[in-house]
Amino acid sequence: MRILVCVKRVPLTGGKMVLTADEQALETRHLGFTISPHEECGVEEAVRLVEEHGGEVTVLTLGPPEAEEQIRDSLANGGDRGVHILTDGSEWDPQATAAAIVEAVEADEAGGGGFDLIVFGNESADAGNYQVGIRVAYALGRPIATGLKGLSVADGTARCEQEVPGGRDVYELPLPAVVSVLEGINLPRYPSVPAKLRARSKPVEQRSPERPAARLEKLRLVVPPGQGKQAEILGNGADAAPRVVEVMREIGVA
Amino acid sequence: MAVLALVEPGEELSLQALSLARDLDGPLHALALDDSELGAYGVETVHVAEHEQLSSYAPGAWAACLDQLVERVQPSTVVAAGTNRGNEVLAHLAARRDLPFAANCAAVGSDGTVTRVRWGGSLLEEARINADLRILSVAPHMVEATTVNGGTANVERFAPELGEEIVRVVEHAETPSAGVSLSEAKVVVSGGRGVGSADGFGMLEELAGLLNAAVGCSRVVTMAGWRPHTDQVGQTGTKVAPDLYIACGISGATQHIAGCKGAKKILAINSDAEAPIIANADYAVIGDLAEVVPAITAELRKARS
Ligand SMILES: Cc1cc2nc3c(=O)[nH]c(=O)nc-3n(C[C@H](O)[C@H](O)[C@H](O)COP(=O)(O)OP(=O)(O)OC[C@H]3O[C@@H](n4cnc5c(N)ncnc54)[C@H](O)[C@@H]3O)c2cc1C
Ligand SMILES: Nc1ncnc2c1ncn2[C@@H]1O[C@H](COP(=O)(O)O)[C@@H](O)[C@H]1O
Repeated sequence: MRILVCVKRVPLTGGKMVLTADEQALETRHLGFTISPHEECGVEEAVRLVEEHGGEVTVLTLGPPEAEEQIRDSLANGGDRGVHILTDGSEWDPQATAAAIVEAVEADEAGGGGFDLIVFGNESADAGNYQVGIRVAYALGRPIATGLKGLSVADGTARCEQEVPGGRDVYELPLPAVVSVLEGINLPRYPSVPAKLRARSKPVEQRSPERPAARLEKLRLVVPPGQGKQAEILGNGADAAPRVVEVMREIGVA
Repeated sequence: MAVLALVEPGEELSLQALSLARDLDGPLHALALDDSELGAYGVETVHVAEHEQLSSYAPGAWAACLDQLVERVQPSTVVAAGTNRGNEVLAHLAARRDLPFAANCAAVGSDGTVTRVRWGGSLLEEARINADLRILSVAPHMVEATTVNGGTANVERFAPELGEEIVRVVEHAETPSAGVSLSEAKVVVSGGRGVGSADGFGMLEELAGLLNAAVGCSRVVTMAGWRPHTDQVGQTGTKVAPDLYIACGISGATQHIAGCKGAKKILAINSDAEAPIIANADYAVIGDLAEVVPAITAELRKARS
């Protein structure tokens, strides 16, 4: 199977959201970067499918030059090759992101053969647009199931399981297909040191399309109120227990 | 101009979406799949879609119904709840029409701007939808579902033209529920890296048992394999809204807070008085949770005997 997984570089924000002066982005000077847990699970799911059925996992990102780090991390977790759609670091809206991914997929498929499966996160960690995968599926004319907590492939069909209140819903998609997954579908592996070293020399192709005008146009970011209240300290260590129980009584839970 | 809203069967969050939608523009139309009583929520006309392709959930079929109603009703705005299905169907509609879609809006301005939720609620974005038809979903629990006086809706049966949908629910498996559910528990006792091991959760379970509480955890805990992902609270886990959330050995990363800030009260038990969780909590105990948690359990037992 040929599988493509799409991942997005996002800052690891820690305990507080801090904006840049122009309110267009998070202040990231002191932060590390990662991808959404949903996408980590997407990479793991793709690698497991290829371990089972044979084939190749391609990891794609649209982001600044530094986003190669997230491609390499995913290659260390079992991906075989990368596609990097370069940006100048400004955010692309979901329509533009999807269009660039579609272009890259079509170019890649013309050279290397079709992708049986394209895997997305259910939503990106930062923007949460809930749509890039669906747009890509429409543009390519392929079926899509979203929010999966279970996935298996047999006889050219992907069996897709979604958690819903009280149980699971099942979809069956003929390949080639597109899916989006949720954290919890698997427990991703930790990369070994040799795997990290190998990832450094795996091939990553670059593309540099023009950024179209945003149709969902970010004007500014706002930190919601509620950050930074001051807790009432009920005490230190085990001695605090009587006061804790008192508080539980006050709020009616004990 | 009119506003068109998607109403999911039995979905409380759809009623929140209607409560926002009825003030956006002209008359409110709703697409429903059953005879819901929607007049009380300000709906003027309910279009009840009837077609065999709608017998089980198929996002493409729901989007096609909306698409056809857009032609009939000529709305300025299409709205749904920011649920899994609401967001999915609107994304399908937006993809069909190559229009922008703003997911999880907390507020909508009259000038085409929206305030949308990012990072699972830890950050807001003011954005403009550059299109004549605005497609947006309403973030859960940002707007109250309220009724209006004396509303009754016209009901119109509507037979959409639908092709065969490949992507549909073909099977549903019930899973028996065990214990107190995390999302509905009145008290959640939650543990993070500070709990130290899978076994360490024993003392949290014991406290939870006394309080009829559910046990939750942070992502560090699920990644370590100490607890299943179904216990994870946060942006990519479960969102909880108990009366009391007890965070034991959890630092309070924004992605964790995104899952527990719906709690009425938060009690943090942490050895570090500077941990970010303290600035998000109502009460705190500073100390080693391995001493504090069993002491609380013992105190509760004493008080009850
Ligand atoms: C896109 C994205 C999504 C994410 N989604 C989630 C999510 O859904 N849920 C989630 O939880 N995380 C999520 N994370 C991870 C999150 O950023 C943090 O890494 C995680 O929440 C930290 O878990 P923790 O608090 O258990 O561990 P740590 O941050 O390591 O904190 C451990 C805490 O325990 C305290 N401690 C240690 N020993 C003791 C002791 N003996 N007694 C008392 N206190 C002690 C320490 O002082 C510290 O405050 C996400 C991250 C990203 C990037
Ligand atoms: N810049 C990007 N690069 C690669 N994949 C992306 C990018 N943005 C979004 N995606 C993919 O699309 C999914 C849904 O994103 P969104 O529609 O923004 O919520 C993400 O989980 C990723 O799999």
